[in-house]
Amino acid sequence: MHMADALVSAAVGATMYVASTAATIYSVKKVRLENNPKKIPVMGVMGAFVFATQMINFTIPGTGASGHLCGGMLLTALLGPYAAFLTMIAILLIQCLMFADGGLLALGCNVWNMAFYGCFIGYFLVWKPMMKQGMSKRKIAAGSILGCVLTLQLGAFSVSIETLLSGITSLPFGVFVGTMQPIHLAIGFVEGLITTAVLIFVYESRPELLACNEKTEAKNRFSLKKTLAILGVFVVLIGGAFSLGASSYPDGLEWSIERLTGSADVEAEGSVHETAAKVQEKTAVLPDYAFKDSESAIGTSFSGIVGSGIVVIVCIGACYLFNFFRKQSRKKA
Amino acid sequence: MSKVGSAVKEIYHMDEIAARDTWLNRLHPLAKLLVTIFYIAVTVSFSRYQMAEILLMAVYPAVLFIVGEVSFSDGIRRMKAVLPFVCFVGIFNPFFDRQPVVAIKGFVITTGMISMITLIVKGILCVFASYLLIASTDIESICYALRMLHIPAVIVTQILLTYRYISLLLAEAGRSMDAYSLRAPGEKGVHFKAWGSLVGGLLLRCMDRATTLYESMTLRGYDGEFYYGRKRTLRGKDVSYLLVWIGIFAMIKLSAHVL
Repeated sequence: MHMADALVSAAVGATMYVASTAATIYSVKKVRLENNPKKIPVMGVMGAFVFATQMINFTIPGTGASGHLCGGMLLTALLGPYAAFLTMIAILLIQCLMFADGGLLALGCNVWNMAFYGCFIGYFLVWKPMMKQGMSKRKIAAGSILGCVLTLQLGAFSVSIETLLSGITSLPFGVFVGTMQPIHLAIGFVEGLITTAVLIFVYESRPELLACNEKTEAKNRFSLKKTLAILGVFVVLIGGAFSLGASSYPDGLEWSIERLTGSADVEAEGSVHETAAKVQEKTAVLPDYAFKDSESAIGTSFSGIVGSGIVVIVCIGACYLFNFFRKQSRKKA
Repeated sequence: MSKVGSAVKEIYHMDEIAARDTWLNRLHPLAKLLVTIFYIAVTVSFSRYQMAEILLMAVYPAVLFIVGEVSFSDGIRRMKAVLPFVCFVGIFNPFFDRQPVVAIKGFVITTGMISMITLIVKGILCVFASYLLIASTDIESICYALRMLHIPAVIVTQILLTYRYISLLLAEAGRSMDAYSLRAPGEKGVHFKAWGSLVGGLLLRCMDRATTLYESMTLRGYDGEFYYGRKRTLRGKDVSYLLVWIGIFAMIKLSAHVL
């Protein structure tokens, strides 16, 4: 995914330098605040380690192909996001200078596409929330795979955007994205598997080396109550307020039917259909997303809120049921 | 040769050529770094149809390869990492951008063809520029120049430490791979059952090494900053080198606007 200088225009290269520099300044500040001089040599050696492991080919089970490690997510899990980000910068610069992998002008893009997403998005969106309530092998596997896939997808998408904005190719954006994303989905998955294997090994032998490997205490900024309250507000907002702006036009299926039959409503014939329609008419509390015999907008809003609430209740119920059956099966085992 | 072996060889080779005593190597690293960055920025700033101007930019690498006694074939070898992706992006241009420009004996040259060639030439020139920098300047000197540009010490230290330990850890990874290959003959890569233990083992050894390294650095008085043996100041010829090249690049860029 390393971008060459030829693939970026001066404007895009400069813009991405500014963005990456902002993230770098913030990371340097954070690492300084940590005031842990022991971490500096660890970062250096870990950078060299990632470099060395990139040279190892890993056989992908069931295929004749092999993959290799990129290292962003691995470094994040071991060093934390800020130290990992700075380590990745060193790796990318050396790759660019020593092995012509990437370019000096494109360094800002490469830092953003690989280090920023791998370290910051991978840590704050995936690793940290997943490990908040304690670490386990399953969580490490899920976090590593999800993190690698997500960050590589974002990186690949950024490459497409940066290339498009640079205006160096006539390849349509859709085709470019359509080629980049699936390839990096496979690469991300393989990298996720390798990262999982390594992190699980570390977890079993030296768990103290992993970032976030302590159970977060009750001083969480987002307690369960707060989270539920925020979710509730979102449900009311999206289901209630935004449903007022719902389109009055037919949806995709209705539109297709209208084109075929001339009407959005298909008249069903036969006794079974008639009985079903009568049952529906009696049981439906809010027919056609409104109060019965009313065309008011409040009905639409109310339908949105009620619908969302029902979905949430069903989901929570399903989770409790799933947990109940899992505990039962564990007891039996 | 294995991938690890060739990477180690490449690093040693680059160290050797950067340590030579030529006039190009003796120039101040800051002057060479700034010229390289300016050169790349000007090269990529040309539009995809400005082939003549981009070809004119080839003056810089041509002069430096000849006068600086840098191996041209080594420069070509470095294309393997970058050129495939550049070609992939450019190869579609002739299919989507079909506006004819000129016909030579019935063969129509389109704007797409020009933009494809331009892109590839840009890619080659930029790789040459980076190569010429690293072939004439060792990594310590580049880091020195970066410190002069006020890049934070923590980043420069990372670059130095990572670079110093790459060859060491590559050798260690190579030994692990050799040991694995001897136990699993005929296998192309590392079997997935050994992914965790092989790389994880290497990682734990690296962590222990980092602790030892920290202790030895502290004993020698490390306080977060690397100190260089001699202070290098920009001399007259360094400034002249910088100004002459920047002047040439600026002239090529301006001529593109005027003509």
